Parts: sequence; structure tokens; C-alpha cells
Amino acid sequence: MDALPLAAPRPRPSAGVLGLAALLVLAYGIVPLTGTSYLFEALLTPFLALALAGLGLNLLTGYAGLLSLGSAAFMAVGAYAAFNLSLRLPFLPLPAAILLGGLVAALAGLVAGLPALRLRGFYLAVSTLAVQFFVAWALNRIGWISNDSPSGIITAPGLVVAGLSFDDPRGRYLFSLSVVTLLTVLAWRLVASPTGRNLVAIRDNETAARLVGVKVARTKLLAFAVSSFVIGIAGALWAFAYLRTVEPAGFNLDRSFQILFIVIIGGLGTLRGAFLGAGFIAVLPLLLSRLGAAVLGDGFDSGTLEMVQRMVLGALIVAVLIREPAGLAALLDRAGRRLGRRAA
Amino acid sequence: MQPALRPVRSGPEGRRPLPRSAARPAALPVAGGSPHRDRAGLVLSIEGLSLAFGGTVAFAEIDLAVGAGEIHAVIGPNGAGKSSLINAVTGLYAPQAGRVRIGAEAFARVPAGRLAALGVARTFQNLALFAGLSVRDNVLSGLAAARRAGLGAQILGLPAARREALAHRDAAEAVIGRLGLGAVADRPAGRLPYGLQKRVELGRALVARPRLLLLDEPMAGMTATEKAEMTGFIRAARETSGAAIVLIEHDIGVVMRLSDRVTVLDHGRRIATGTPAQVQADPAVIAAYLGLADEDADAEAA
Repeated sequence: MDALPLAAPRPRPSAGVLGLAALLVLAYGIVPLTGTSYLFEALLTPFLALALAGLGLNLLTGYAGLLSLGSAAFMAVGAYAAFNLSLRLPFLPLPAAILLGGLVAALAGLVAGLPALRLRGFYLAVSTLAVQFFVAWALNRIGWISNDSPSGIITAPGLVVAGLSFDDPRGRYLFSLSVVTLLTVLAWRLVASPTGRNLVAIRDNETAARLVGVKVARTKLLAFAVSSFVIGIAGALWAFAYLRTVEPAGFNLDRSFQILFIVIIGGLGTLRGAFLGAGFIAVLPLLLSRLGAAVLGDGFDSGTLEMVQRMVLGALIVAVLIREPAGLAALLDRAGRRLGRRAA
Repeated sequence: MQPALRPVRSGPEGRRPLPRSAARPAALPVAGGSPHRDRAGLVLSIEGLSLAFGGTVAFAEIDLAVGAGEIHAVIGPNGAGKSSLINAVTGLYAPQAGRVRIGAEAFARVPAGRLAALGVARTFQNLALFAGLSVRDNVLSGLAAARRAGLGAQILGLPAARREALAHRDAAEAVIGRLGLGAVADRPAGRLPYGLQKRVELGRALVARPRLLLLDEPMAGMTATEKAEMTGFIRAARETSGAAIVLIEHDIGVVMRLSDRVTVLDHGRRIATGTPAQVQADPAVIAAYLGLADEDADAEAA
């Protein structure tokens, strides 16, 4: 090779890259200027945290093919670890506490991933279920974790980074957005790397992967650790930026399922899928209920409204999965291609 | 499909003079009947290997020796133990007795995870591609064992990782070009027609430039044209890399044209080894094939 290896031909900016840039301009530039507190607090911040959790689970389940039902447990580990670190080591800057919280979650993921060396499919899912229940039990039983507060409720410290306060709805949104953007870039680098290829190789054919020289056990544990790291950070965002007061019950099995559904609806094995799925699962219900309230008026029974909203959401989920089992990401791809053909 | 044994020079393929490149080792062990030749030049040597599943014997006391640059076919009726033999050599099955020597190392059970590092690559009878990866990524995955850059270096795009990625990409592109897969390089491998998938699998095996290549029915289910192409690819692989190739194939015409030596298995036993001509004339082989011809046809019709 004569050519300088660093001067590799870079791929031309495609429509996807341009769309992404436009999205970032929108998220960083336009939304913070025009958005309302409700938009930040009730929609965007939880959307970002859940999308990040979905992203983390997608690395494990979508890319590496390892089914996990313990996502909420890893969120809880990340949140409670970051809380304890900032409480007990007050000199620690907040980003460092959140980062270390993610690393504690990664460690938990590593341990939880050990059964994956022997189990797969539903059996693995059941073993991650054990993690889910163990963490819930530990949070309720070990008072030290929640600084001996009754029923394990913790109140997160204010979001202050390098003297700059992010402690208002817009600031919390921007903080979450920055964390999510950074981790998404890292996840994208990971799945595009040879290691990311190995994850998919293990998912698609473990025997062949082993024979071409993929270190199967190490790669599976890596998938668990990285995935749990991302989910742990998402948990910290959930606690520090969104709710600010969290209890263990917020990280129950329902949450794990919610994150799994986000990944399935959004599209397994795609990074966009987590965001699309989070939009569908977390934001759409709120929009539906607002729509319902607006259409039917305040006098309508709120319980009935909620039920109707759930039914509509369920019907939408079924419709999407019938139309495109590979999720919203594939649906979007197809629509994009059709649009491109029409334009051409 | 094929009548039991046919004359060697059946198709146009057989008459074409073979280009013998310099890369091919001079001391090609074409002749010679005994499997126990001197051990130094051997890439693969199977010694008294036996495998049984419970009470069912897959194969017993198999001896097989393959030198560099040799194409060694393993043939036999269905259920003769051919695929089991390959699976034992690649460490997927644990034989009860005997050893497998790969290069200088001898194993009672071959460590499957070290196989690529030992310079061994294989294809599978039933495709074992990474269906969700593109053709290019499938071929690139064949270099997994040759990767040195760590995860951090890959994610940060450090120079060493980028150099390695680029070198691997070049190697993969070369193989993709040689196998005529350029037009489908970005397509998911799982969506390709069967014949092309077989070719991708060969590409994944070839990209690491193995010393020993094990091909388990690379032409099963292919059309005549595809078979001729695949034959060309296998021959070219031997010419360019000097790899030793073990080939399991049902199409006797292909086997006779392509291989330097042939080992015949029947009911898990080795009944003959020799040049295609020697094997074809062997009374035991004829008996095995003719004796089983009808059942074979039934099995294939099913």
C-alpha cells in the first residue's frame, strides 16, 4: 500500500448524515428556544432517557442477539450508584458521578452476563429476570443504598456541571441531549467497528463465529457490559434529569418490558430504532391523551380516556409489527426509498 | 443425480489445460497410495480418528493425510461419515480416539476457537453465513482472528486500528473481486440466492489465506454453471495460496476433475485412498457405490 492509510476516502455525506445534522440543529438550536417547560419536562427529557436505555438494550439484544429482561435493574444500578457516589464523594463532579454510575452498571451487567456463556434465548431471558428481582430486592432491603430513606426513595442532587446550573427544564433537557448524543456517537462507532461485526456474527451464527476466530465468550460479556453501561447512564438521566426523586418501584419489570418494546417496535439491530421506538412508546401515549382531552373536553372520565388511549396504542403496535416486523426503522427506510424513487 | 462412477474426462472442464502457477509447490504429492507419507510436508494428518454418538458409529479409525497445495476429496455414500469427519477436524465434535495433526500441533480434540489462528478455515454443508451482515462484512469477519486493534482503538479511530481496518478491507475487496461478488457486496448475505451465498462462504474462508481449507459440499444444490464456476474458484484458491484443501463432494465428475487424491468412506470406514484413477478402479469402491446406488438414488429423491 503506497497511499497514506489515514487518507482513506471518506464516504460522501449521504441523505442520512444531512438528516442527522438537521436533527441536531433542531434539537440544540430551535427546540430550546421555542419549547415550553411542558415539552421539556414531560416529553423530551423522558424520551431521551428511554431512547438511551433502548439504545443500550439494542446493543445487547438487537446486535448481539442476547435477550435481556433486566434493563430496568441496570437503570436502577446506574441511578443509585450515581446517587451514592455524588452523596458520599461530594468532591466528585456530577458528570464523573454519572460516568462512574454507568461503570458500576457495566460491572453488574458483566456479572449478569455470565449465564449467557451457557444459556441462550428464553433461558437467558429468565436468568436476567433474576437480576431484575435481585436488584429490586436489594434496593428495598439494603438501606445504605438509598441513604436509609424510607422505602428507598432518593432525591437527586441538582444538575450543576462546572459551576453551570442545568437545573431548569430547558437545562435538564440540554444536559440529557448532550449525554445521549455523545453515547449515540460512541455506540455508532462501536457497531461500525470490527467488534460490532463480531456482535452480529455471534447473533447470526455462533458456531461459524467461533470458527472464524471471534472470541465468543469475551464478546458476549463485552456486549453485556457495554449495554449495561449505556442503560445505567440512562437510569442516571432518568433519576437526575427527569424525575429527580425516584423510588425502586420506578425500575420494576414493567420498565424492563417497556424498554424491550421500544427496541422491538423501533427495530432490532438499528440505532435509530431506539429513538423511533421511544417516541412511539413514551411520547405517543402523552400526545394521545392530550389529543383525547382536547377533542372530548375536560368533562370526560379520565379513566375511560386512559383505557381508550391504551387500546389505540396497542392497535398501533400490532399494526406496525404486521406491516413491518423489522420495526419502525425499516418502515422509515422503505418510505424513504419510495420517496427517493418518486423524486428520481 | 450422477451415475455412480463415470470416466474422468467427462466435461469440457477436464480437457482444459491447467495453468500451473509458480505459487504451487513443486513437490505436489499427486501420486502415492499410502496415507502415511513423511509427516514434514503435511498440513493435515488424521491418525486413527474414531467418533461415535452413543452407540452409533459416525466413523472409525480414519487415517488421512493432506499436503500443502493438495486437493483431497473425501467421498462416500450418504451417511458415510464425511461431514462428521470435517466437524471433528474443526473441533465441533469430540472424537473418542485418535488424533488430528494440524501443521506441527497434534490434538485429541481440536480447539474450535483456535482454528482460525492455526490457519484453518471451512465452509458448511448447510450455509452458516451471518445473514444480517453484508457480503463485505461476512468476508471481513473471516479476518476476525487476525484482528489486533482493541475496542478503544477501534472506537476512537486510532491510526493502528485504521491501518488494520484498511488492510483488512483491501484483503476482503480482493477476495470479493476474485469471486465476482462485487455487485452484491453491500447486500445482506441472507437475502442472496443460494449459489451466491455458497460463494460468500468460500470468500469468508479464503480471506484469511488459510493453510488448510475444508469445504463441506461447496457445490450441493448448484446448477451446472454454478458448479463449473465454483470448481474454478477452488482451483484458483489452491493456485494462489497453495492451501491444502479437503473437499467433500457428491458430484463424482467434479471430484475426479478437481482432486489430486481421493479418500472413500463407507459406513464410517476408509475403504480406499489414492489418485482419482486408482480409486475409480478399486473393486471395494465400485462395490460400495454400486451396492448402494439404488438406496442413494432413493435418498436423493426424498
